[in-house]
Amino acid sequence: MVVQALMDQGVDTVFGYPGGAVLPIYDEIFQQNSIRHILVRHEQAAVHMAEGYARSTGKPGVVLVTSGPGATNAVTGITDALMDSIPIVVLTGQVPTFLIGTDGFQEADTVGITRPCTKMNWLAKDPSTLSDLIHQAFHVATHGRPGPVLIDIPKDVQFATGSYTAPKQAKVSHYQPRMKAEPASIEALVGLIEKAERPVFYTGGGLINAGTAACQLLTELVDATGFPITSTLMGLGAYPASGKNWLGMLGMHGLYEANMAMHDCDLMINLGARFDDRITGRTDAFSPHSTKVHVDIDPSSINKIIQVDLPIIGDVGQVLEDVLKVWKSRGRKVNEAAVAKWHGRIAEWRSKDCLSFRDSDELIKPQHALQRLEALTRGMDRYITTEVGQHQMWAAQFLKFDAPHRWMTSGGLGTMGYGFPASIGVQIAHPESLVINVAGEASWLMNMQELGTAMQFRAPVKQFILNNERLGMVRQWQELLHGERYSHSWSESLPDFVKLAEAFGAKGIQCSDPADLDEAIKEMLAHDGPVVFDCLVEKHENCFPMIPSGKAHNEMLMGEAQTQGAISGSGAALV
Amino acid sequence: MSALNIKKGSTSHSAYNLRDTHSDVVERHTLAVIVANEAGVLARVIGLFSGRGYNIDSLTVAEVDHTGHRSRITVVTSGTPSVIEQIKAQLGRIVPVHEVHDLTTEGQSVERELALFKVAGKGDKRVEALRLADIFRANVVDSTLESFIFEVTGTSEKIDAFAELMRPLGLTELARTGVAALSRGAEAV
Repeated sequence: MVVQALMDQGVDTVFGYPGGAVLPIYDEIFQQNSIRHILVRHEQAAVHMAEGYARSTGKPGVVLVTSGPGATNAVTGITDALMDSIPIVVLTGQVPTFLIGTDGFQEADTVGITRPCTKMNWLAKDPSTLSDLIHQAFHVATHGRPGPVLIDIPKDVQFATGSYTAPKQAKVSHYQPRMKAEPASIEALVGLIEKAERPVFYTGGGLINAGTAACQLLTELVDATGFPITSTLMGLGAYPASGKNWLGMLGMHGLYEANMAMHDCDLMINLGARFDDRITGRTDAFSPHSTKVHVDIDPSSINKIIQVDLPIIGDVGQVLEDVLKVWKSRGRKVNEAAVAKWHGRIAEWRSKDCLSFRDSDELIKPQHALQRLEALTRGMDRYITTEVGQHQMWAAQFLKFDAPHRWMTSGGLGTMGYGFPASIGVQIAHPESLVINVAGEASWLMNMQELGTAMQFRAPVKQFILNNERLGMVRQWQELLHGERYSHSWSESLPDFVKLAEAFGAKGIQCSDPADLDEAIKEMLAHDGPVVFDCLVEKHENCFPMIPSGKAHNEMLMGEAQTQGAISGSGAALV
Repeated sequence: MSALNIKKGSTSHSAYNLRDTHSDVVERHTLAVIVANEAGVLARVIGLFSGRGYNIDSLTVAEVDHTGHRSRITVVTSGTPSVIEQIKAQLGRIVPVHEVHDLTTEGQSVERELALFKVAGKGDKRVEALRLADIFRANVVDSTLESFIFEVTGTSEKIDAFAELMRPLGLTELARTGVAALSRGAEAV
């Protein structure tokens, strides 16, 4: 019944790991051919793979794990999906109903443990409503603000037979989030667009979730109005990085011109972003002179951190469609002279060239490595995932995305160990495409066991490890903030990554000389199979520009700036 | 935004928050949350308050519609206006939550709480306790030669006041139900 329900939901891939309490479902999987099961090496990785699958396809990812340790291992991945609003359906086995509450073997209160990290979860006690529940779970995961859901299925319920309900006959959930915004608020937004002198679009992961069509509407609106646009880490690719109005990413390690535009604008249009603390910096100094519009499908995002002037609840794609319609019918007006002047100011900020760095002939600079990776893969059918840390920020700064669903990173939770399994999930969904995980050596080691999964399922993922033998971002904060006392932020006893790859039967490449870099990257791209690329980079490079905690957007630190004492005591507590 | 003609203070009908949420004054609000009567819903609601650091001053929950599988959670909370708005929005996004009503801002409402007081004593104190109970229109629901159990129904303030009076007269135990509340008038939520 479970497998039938998954098939009827259009599921083609399940990421999982078997165990005692989930054997009946595995038995069903064995006896069919329409759903492919990817056997992971650790349950956390199963969820990250499902996330990579979901983010790169727009479809929900499905995870199947056993009770107890299977479920608890999945918790980090589930929390990651919750923070980044990724639709995931997790099925966990549970001890038989008559054993629940007796501390049975591999029993854990899965529903209790995962309650705060799921959008919704259920214990399926009744076989007769199980199929209904599974259909409802898919509905909840994918409607409104997407998120992970979990169904805990006791083993006796898995064995039981019951009548099956097809998705069309399933009970309609009362959960029907509002998609269409109030017409009056659309009119109000169009009015603001017509008059704005220093406008900026600030977009987020909500646009990626809203889908490709929504991103096309965004591109149409941005290009028709000529307003500059910046995006959060999660929203990269919604508007093409090659577009003429693109400012680059904003936030703590965002581009100077993007943050300055946010600070000095008179109209901020937030589309599917949530004023995260990495974006706003000091909230009482956040964009002090702007009228703020916030479009979000989740009412609880409105006024949570920043008080806005015009909140619009709805699906961002629908809102964009309505705004375009009204704006066109009212004569496509914008304050052209003022906006042109605004672009002039932005050009001045851009001329600071905030991403510049001092390159070297002897050592590979991480920024340089990413610039070369970008240059050598530009135009390819390419998907990028990342781990968490400096390399993640550099990847966001130096890699360019012209389409949505091409960039997968752990934004909200900041999960080290996300990127490698996510890259496998992406590769499974897109077997012919180039999938690269930009990693740091420390993050990568957190889920390196998945090299086995990549080999078994012939996922030719490229692991591009910027190896500085440091927890680079931790080290950077310790340098700037903790008197250069580098407490436990170096990577001791690292493996030989080439030998490690070879031990799994994969290819390993090491590169330490800038002169060899291009050839080595080409070798990586040419290999038909998983590659672990150990790129030995400058060990003490810091990630700039940077808004130190407790500072405003116009108080960015630049690369060559004096960094000592830049963060005040109160900012230190903000992380 | 007044041109939009949205019921003042409304949360379930509108996306707009029409109150001044910039104030730092801590307010006490009574929220009526209509939820699907299924396992784990109360845990989700309570987990929201503890997980996000909100206050629960009082909590009452029971099934109110057996055929419709609806329970009503009445929660009294306190916070600045922006925190209250956030609590309502966060409650609203819980999947099995059907409706969230802020009885404090959506017109007038009545609130009642029931409490049982065990008062032990002899002589003058016992007589005085009974006399005060009469003033408060408390019912005696259990009696021995040395004790009473009084039942008091009223606002939380009334119950606080009665408890203060009973304390020196031998109050030994107190049980309160928490607040139940309805909006005034013919309209149902």
